[in-house]
Amino acid sequence: MTDAGPLLAIRGLSVGLRRSSGVTPLVRDVSLDIAPGERVGLVGESGSGKSLTLLAVMGLLASPQLVVTGGSVRLAGTELVGAGDRVLRALRGSQVAMVYQDPMTSLDPVQRVGAQIAEGLRAHGTSRRAARERTLAVLAEVQLPDPPALARKYPHELSGGMRQRVMIAAALAGNPRLLLADEPTTALDVTIQRQILALVARLQQARNLAVLWVTHDLGVAAQFVQRLAVMYGGRVVEHGPTATVFSAPQHPYTAALLAAVPSTAGDRTALGQIPGSPPDPAALPPGCSFAPRCRQARPGCAEREPELEQRPGDVAAACFVPPAEWRS
Amino acid sequence: MAGIAITDPAAAAETRRAGLGRRLWRQPSGRAGLIILGIMVLAGLASLAGLAPAAPDAQNPAATLRGPSAAHLLGTDQFGRDMLSRVMAGTVLSLQTALLAVLICAVLGTLGGVAAGYFGGAVSWSVTSVADLIFAVPSLLLALVIVSGLGSGWQNTAIAVGISYTPIFIRVVRGPVLAIRQADYVKAARVLGFSRRRILARHVLPGVGGILAVQVTLALGWAILVEASLDYLGLGPPPPAATLGLMVSDGTNIAGIAWWTLAFPAIAVVLLVLGFTLAGDGLRDALDPARADR
Amino acid sequence: MTAPAPATGAPAAATGPVLAADALVKVYPPGSAGGQPMTAVAGVSLRLAERSCLGVVGESGCGKSTLARLLVGLEPPTSGTVLLQGRPLGAHRRAERARLLQLVSQDPFSSLNPRLTAGAAISEVLLVHRRVAGRQQAAARVTELLDMVSLRPDFARRLPHELSGGQAQRVAIARALAAEPQTLVLDEPTSALDVSVRAGIVNLLDRLRAELALSYLFISHDMAVIRQLSDQIGVMYAGRFVERGPWDAVMSAPLHPYTRALLAAVPAPQPDGSLLAGAEPAPAEPVAGEPGEAAAGAAGAAAAAVSSRAAASPATGCPYAPRCPLRIGQCVTADPPLVVVSGQHEAACYRAGEQDST
Repeated sequence: MTDAGPLLAIRGLSVGLRRSSGVTPLVRDVSLDIAPGERVGLVGESGSGKSLTLLAVMGLLASPQLVVTGGSVRLAGTELVGAGDRVLRALRGSQVAMVYQDPMTSLDPVQRVGAQIAEGLRAHGTSRRAARERTLAVLAEVQLPDPPALARKYPHELSGGMRQRVMIAAALAGNPRLLLADEPTTALDVTIQRQILALVARLQQARNLAVLWVTHDLGVAAQFVQRLAVMYGGRVVEHGPTATVFSAPQHPYTAALLAAVPSTAGDRTALGQIPGSPPDPAALPPGCSFAPRCRQARPGCAEREPELEQRPGDVAAACFVPPAEWRS
Repeated sequence: MAGIAITDPAAAAETRRAGLGRRLWRQPSGRAGLIILGIMVLAGLASLAGLAPAAPDAQNPAATLRGPSAAHLLGTDQFGRDMLSRVMAGTVLSLQTALLAVLICAVLGTLGGVAAGYFGGAVSWSVTSVADLIFAVPSLLLALVIVSGLGSGWQNTAIAVGISYTPIFIRVVRGPVLAIRQADYVKAARVLGFSRRRILARHVLPGVGGILAVQVTLALGWAILVEASLDYLGLGPPPPAATLGLMVSDGTNIAGIAWWTLAFPAIAVVLLVLGFTLAGDGLRDALDPARADR
Repeated sequence: MTAPAPATGAPAAATGPVLAADALVKVYPPGSAGGQPMTAVAGVSLRLAERSCLGVVGESGCGKSTLARLLVGLEPPTSGTVLLQGRPLGAHRRAERARLLQLVSQDPFSSLNPRLTAGAAISEVLLVHRRVAGRQQAAARVTELLDMVSLRPDFARRLPHELSGGQAQRVAIARALAAEPQTLVLDEPTSALDVSVRAGIVNLLDRLRAELALSYLFISHDMAVIRQLSDQIGVMYAGRFVERGPWDAVMSAPLHPYTRALLAAVPAPQPDGSLLAGAEPAPAEPVAGEPGEAAAGAAGAAAAAVSSRAAASPATGCPYAPRCPLRIGQCVTADPPLVVVSGQHEAACYRAGEQDST
């Protein structure tokens, strides 16, 4: 394990759904590095493959039909793809932890929240007493009031925002170096979302935590991550520092998405509209997946798929047509 | 607006609508059920068309209690009647009784279930109370009481069987109706100003169609069994009639010397019950959306 | 597009509001689990002027969806009245009401009957309300309506599950329009949709309102979407309006501290680095109350430490007081009424317009 290298290195990761008729590709050739203490976003619409990428990294593909069909995921030098259950279990909690969109489904409804957090610690060999102290400490760290009283509560007794804090506390209890987040603020009201984002930002800085944050919300990505990868049709179509991607998108999909988001400030003009719908992974259009919806599409776009290539400014985009040649 | 997701939805819809029979056929149990029922129904139709070897009650004192042979494939009974012809006629009687019985319980049960599920409140309470009351009495006993009140005859057997099965239909229909009533598309139909009758007929009832079809098939098998039991107990049509239950009853007495008089009517009952049960199971699987995706 | 409202006062004065509510209250009895009765809507009055769009924004549990159901008559109010074209909702005949007022709800897949094709669903409305003479004309009109929502004619043959989310919502809109209503109540019509599809629906709704001279009551939790379509914006909190006024005034000069908090919380789709730097100060209170808590019920709020939960909807005073940075003594003793602060801009706050000190 070298300090200079990335904490998490995803290389050419592909995930497919196995059916009787063959394998439907859901995630295709995704590569992404996350340095220690870095906040990276994975942005996309439903069906873009962003959540599956995250689950594949964690080794948590939910059904036997979902399989990693290629590529590698290395966490601090340890290969995770194909690793045994014991290796993965040892890493989960201590090196990497995950928070989900819906705490109600990831927290056990019949167990007190304190016991749930402590259970994760005990699984990694912490003593009962130390686990309890650590539980109260992390509950305080996520700014929940009166940790001893709170630890005795059941998930349904808490509000949505508090449950999400409990889940973050559970994730952080084992001092992981990497936090994987699957839209943890999507189900929350904006005011609560803001609190949770601010909380995670503070914790991330204090602990030098690396974060991979999956979201469909461009606003959240803009405010929260340093670098982001935009996914479409199972692939990363653009990748770069957040500020650069937002100010000068290199892929027409990113540009169209940004134009489609209404804002609470500025002129009230018609929203940019993207015709059609995100593609069905079982019936991807030929060539570039975005071509049928793309205003910049040229005849060649439907013939072959553009590779993700480096552009100036540490940005990469998978498009044949550079922004300079875009039609307005 | 390119429909990227679906290649040809119209064709897909076509195959889905035409595909229920095919999906039923593809289920092992469904196929077995259909084959058995096909044979039994053909036998019944042949009897109705006068294609049976003999009239079911044509006696032949010269040929009583003959075993299966080329002349009498299933043998003859103590009056020299051809067992094959009698079993074929009995199948017709069983099927017509079961169909009438299930028609009665399906109509009553669906009305009751929809009323209980959709209107709730006092309607629901009274319907389910009556249903529970009927349900609490063992169905054979209930049928017995009804038949002794109405007198014998296949129609009365059907009424008795139908009423005793009605609570099951009420329960089976009520659950889904409760769920559908809460569905957004039923609320939408209310806001769209549709009449209550239209909402029930066009938006609520079709939602229980599949469950109803399965239940009807299973109920047919059950009705045949109960009907045969009533006949066996002498509560069905009186003796000259060729009912499978009566034949089994007669056969039991002389099975020691003529096994075929018991075996073949009994097998006919078993085949009918089995056929409907298997077909019902197959139908349930074929209608299950989770398995519908080939 | 989005021309500012045709001065809301003028046509309204001539014809009266197309839809109005007077002191609407909806209280749900305690559930089977016991607990307190839940007040979802706590005295809402509103007037929707002809051809205008009133945007209603608020967080989960603020009562905005209950308000929608009361306005379209899916539920009776506990007290108060809904006036459609100046007459109480109940005084209209069922069909007549449907020809004046329609609803578009959040999830098009659940609001469309899964067994009816788009064409069948739309023509059912046409035939029931005799908007066409017969089946032949219905088919032609279905094509027109689909075209109106930018769908090809062959979509008429599709079942809901053969549609994408955006397409299904277009079909739901076309079905509502088939009754030729004057007013649409839109309950979070874009919330279940992907970003790239949502813009299309927002633009479509905007275009339809202009083309068909419709009036909208548009409900959303999304400030940015509300801003995009509304002439007037009303902000709901704990079952009532806490602020209401012309869209630009509410967005650029919000009077109520809750509106300001809501606006500040929306993550702008342009990086500003505030969260990146971790610069946001920790809140003074560990966890502020949440608006949805009134709905969630106070079952578990036993411990004094979690009192902010129970305090989320206090028995007296302003419901926002427990979370409010501008709270003064008066706020906890008396509930501020919704009053005009300037022009058409109303707020329910004793300190309306004052800036937060924090």
